[in-house]
Amino acid sequence: MLTNQASMKRNGVQDYVSLRTTAAIIFAYSVFMAWFFITTDNLTFIEWRGLFSGLAMKVFTLAALIAIMIHVRIGLWQVLTDYVKSSGLRATLQYVLNLIAFGYVAVGLFVLWGV
Amino acid sequence: MGNSISLRIKQAYIVKKQRPVNLELNTIKFPPSAISSILHRVTGVAMFFALLFVIWAWAVSVSSPEGFADVQAIMNGFLGKFVAIGTASALTYHILGGLRHVVMDLGHWEELESGNLSAKAVIALWIILTVVLGVALC
Repeated sequence: MLTNQASMKRNGVQDYVSLRTTAAIIFAYSVFMAWFFITTDNLTFIEWRGLFSGLAMKVFTLAALIAIMIHVRIGLWQVLTDYVKSSGLRATLQYVLNLIAFGYVAVGLFVLWGV
Repeated sequence: MGNSISLRIKQAYIVKKQRPVNLELNTIKFPPSAISSILHRVTGVAMFFALLFVIWAWAVSVSSPEGFADVQAIMNGFLGKFVAIGTASALTYHILGGLRHVVMDLGHWEELESGNLSAKAVIALWIILTVVLGVALC
């Protein structure tokens, strides 16, 4: 298992568990943000920036973004393996899409850093 | 040995010959569980690309009061509302479909009838919640 993790090799069980644990984090974050928008009337910049300036919210937001990256890695792979038959095109698409997913985390990190 | 191989070829030939062909596309219907599965995929892929807008809007709105005002103006326009309702609706379906998957992981709703019924229920609930969302955000 350790060598599997180190070499970034995946298997079905790992994907199954990763998909569900990341889904739980994203679900919790979605519920929290929905609750925030429902309970906040006339959102101001101070309130909005203040929400993300606390350490707990920074950790929560970054955890959600990393969870999205892992979730999307598995989900998009599942979709691409079903619909894109050419392995060269599939590898290229996966590379680009995973790069975008990593970009989401990178952008999030810099934004949270500056808040 | 040789006999069984020729028998297998013969059987394969028969199977191939008797395989029913149905190309009348208007008579083929997806069962609700298949529609549910496709919707889960479509909403997932859609949200992946919607995140381009969501993360951009978040980054700009949090960075400065001017950025916040810009994003607020976009969110009050047609495009902003369209993307917001669309993304929230996709997320709603993906969560409902995901919760249905959790129930199936626990061993329920796996039969033909219960699977199709839960798929119909999830789609109906999603449509209702999307209408509520649309009214709330418009």
